[in-house]
Amino acid sequence: MYVAVKGGEAAIANAHRLLDDRRRGDRSVPVLTLDQITQQLALAVDRVMAEGSLYDPELAAMAVKQARGDLIEAIFLLRAYRTTLPRFAASKPIDTGAMKIERRISATYKDLPGGQLLGPTFDYTHRLIEPDMADDRPVPEPERRSCDRHESAPRVTDILGADAMIEPDGEGTPEREPADLTRSPRTFPADRDARLQALARGDEGFLLALGYSTQRGYGRTHPFVGEIRIGEVEVEIELPELGFPVAIGRVKVTECQMISQFKGSKSEPPQFTRGYGLVFGQSERKAMSMSLVDRALRAEEFDEERVSPAQDEEFVLAHSDNVQATGFVEHLKLPHYVDFQAELELLRRMRSEQQYEDAHKEAAQ
Amino acid sequence: MSFTQSQTAIDGGFLDPAFDAQGVFARLLTAISRPGTVVDLGVCCRSPAPLSMAQGALLLAIADGDTPVFVEEGSEAMAEWLAFHTGARIGEPSEAQFAIVSRPSREWLERLPLGTLAYPDRSATVLVEVESLKDGHSFTLEGPGINGTSRIVLAGLLDDFAEFRKANHALFPCGLDLVFTCGSELLALPRSTIVTEV
Amino acid sequence: MNATLPAYNFAYLDEQTKRMIRRAILKAVAIPGYQVPFASREMPMPYGWGTGGVQVTASVIGPDDILKVIDQGSDDTTNAVSIRAFFARVANVAVTTKTVEATVIQTRHRIPETPLSEGQILVYQVPIPEPLRFLEPRETETRIMHALEEYGLMHVKLYEDIAQNGHIATTYAYPVKVEGRYVMDPSPIPKFDNPKMDDCPALQLFGAGREQRIYAIPPHTRIESLDFEDHPFRVQEFDRPCGLCGATDVYLDEIVTDDRGGRLFACSDTDYCEERRERAA
Repeated sequence: MYVAVKGGEAAIANAHRLLDDRRRGDRSVPVLTLDQITQQLALAVDRVMAEGSLYDPELAAMAVKQARGDLIEAIFLLRAYRTTLPRFAASKPIDTGAMKIERRISATYKDLPGGQLLGPTFDYTHRLIEPDMADDRPVPEPERRSCDRHESAPRVTDILGADAMIEPDGEGTPEREPADLTRSPRTFPADRDARLQALARGDEGFLLALGYSTQRGYGRTHPFVGEIRIGEVEVEIELPELGFPVAIGRVKVTECQMISQFKGSKSEPPQFTRGYGLVFGQSERKAMSMSLVDRALRAEEFDEERVSPAQDEEFVLAHSDNVQATGFVEHLKLPHYVDFQAELELLRRMRSEQQYEDAHKEAAQ
Repeated sequence: MSFTQSQTAIDGGFLDPAFDAQGVFARLLTAISRPGTVVDLGVCCRSPAPLSMAQGALLLAIADGDTPVFVEEGSEAMAEWLAFHTGARIGEPSEAQFAIVSRPSREWLERLPLGTLAYPDRSATVLVEVESLKDGHSFTLEGPGINGTSRIVLAGLLDDFAEFRKANHALFPCGLDLVFTCGSELLALPRSTIVTEV
Repeated sequence: MNATLPAYNFAYLDEQTKRMIRRAILKAVAIPGYQVPFASREMPMPYGWGTGGVQVTASVIGPDDILKVIDQGSDDTTNAVSIRAFFARVANVAVTTKTVEATVIQTRHRIPETPLSEGQILVYQVPIPEPLRFLEPRETETRIMHALEEYGLMHVKLYEDIAQNGHIATTYAYPVKVEGRYVMDPSPIPKFDNPKMDDCPALQLFGAGREQRIYAIPPHTRIESLDFEDHPFRVQEFDRPCGLCGATDVYLDEIVTDDRGGRLFACSDTDYCEERRERAA
């Protein structure tokens, strides 16, 4: 006698126990501390904060640990927590011109005020696995320069802007708070603020592929890296009671300003256009990809033909979120046997009808 | 601001915001999904004039900083009370998500948001206090939420009500949704309901 | 908040979110079949696993409600168990597996066989709320089609099926027209269940979390499955009764019982099946 499957609850509880066990692994190996994760897996933590849309390294480290290093799972954990938090205020725009710079490079000028600063980059490492990585070998202290010098490092786009060689930054919309996709449903066509938010939260891999596609001719934008800068900026909020902005903390961000295809008209002299990328933490790959896609998405603004995936706002925005994407792709593993049965039934009926017809034809011949 | 005024603003909200709001919403949902059904919200708040209790409770339950409220004959005390408990501000008719008016007439089809064909949901819900939900004019209702036909009885400022409803229904899927209140009771007539005078 | 309450709000969502969802539900009921955009929140469960249904349920449910959760018609599938446990934990509501006892039923892919009654609310989990999505992927386009009631494309698609296969090849998520106006996706229920939506005494609410849409069918609303005069809508027929309770005219699961072609066909609605067997015993 067939007995219907029961015990879902016990199965789930047991699965969670096993998951816990596997996460911890061999108990004789010391457990990971959050400090170890924030310090030694800092870029993983940065990605989780960026795509989780929440700047909290310790919490992100907890998420990375709980997710066993599955970063999309960690991003999901952070997002699900973020959604329960009250929103106190919208900060004033951060001033990346006043950034405490750790890395700053420009591909458009050989040298410029503030200089080129390589900073902590993988760029010129030879990708040879270091046998030393297996142990805790002593690591020398880095070279430091004194921080008190007041040399300014103006943004490359500001230097170009002074000569009107690049389109202005735009005024934004000070009369209203910037769009927030986590508080209002997405609508199309989207404004640039909503687009930038979606890209900043978007999946690094997805944006990387899209940005790459623009370089290969799918919505080409002739990009130059005007500048990439990584460092800390101050976050300020305006308190109506005080009447002046108050700093509430610092965040590390990566900014990429892509100088792109120039544009002009009979009335307006030609100017370079901009693609913009800004991400929490240190992630050049993401910031660069974002700036390529931002520029590609501005096709309509510049009367460019929209023919490529990266230029297609609905396509990009509807599919850039990895928490949404992973949920929907993975939901296919949920039971679908009711609908499958419906398809089976139709298929069987169609096949039997065909056999019936074939038999008739044969008999007629 | 005098002491009594601020007391009025602070008093009279839900005692248990999460559960009271759920209770009021559940009844409102019954009312709007079964047009013409009279539901009683019970005594759950004290709202300053011109809001009746049902109107006050309804706004406490579903209005907030995202929903401008238009009040035809508002009062300072009411605006303060609403702002304190819900964060909702008093707004112009053209931006109102909730409108409290004295009579449901065609005028409001010109002044309140009706939604658009693309976004018919961007429309106002109109709250009207009437003298009675049990005596007065009879109307027959038809449409979604109604098993065949049903009947409501209303007393109040309803001279051109049937005409208003006809014009409103002609706008479907756009149009205004209507909630008649009387004390702690209410009934709803969403835009989808066809109303005919008996 | 007093100390006995858990750290999160009743039914998990904060009050502002619930108000936003409640307003969307009211609009959805007022405009039957129209998909109301709402600012879907990130829930502590994956998108595509019922986040829309969970948000709708969390916004309607109260302490006096009795909740039933089914997936594929069954109360015991893992995702149904998980969602039921979530509400038992965050809303402390009574739960049941019996259709007749429930005041709120959250479902994925089925409508219970036991007829629903006045006062009940059926909450559907919806993956893709847009019935026109597979004909036209762009939201900007489908919005215009709904606005102008341009549903010709859908009929063309269904008719192409008939021309090619002799049948309408849609067997689930079969589109319906609501009160003669909006074409609506009934969620991926088998078309077997479509007739149950018509003139249903219960309120039917649909939540699509990832796609940020809520829509509704008020009680006693006219629901027609799209069809053609020469190809009228027909539901699935099973040529045998349930192998466990003997019920006919119900939707059956096909269970593979051995590797020699053995099959058992049994009620997909496990509560219905158990009730019948208990009564027979």
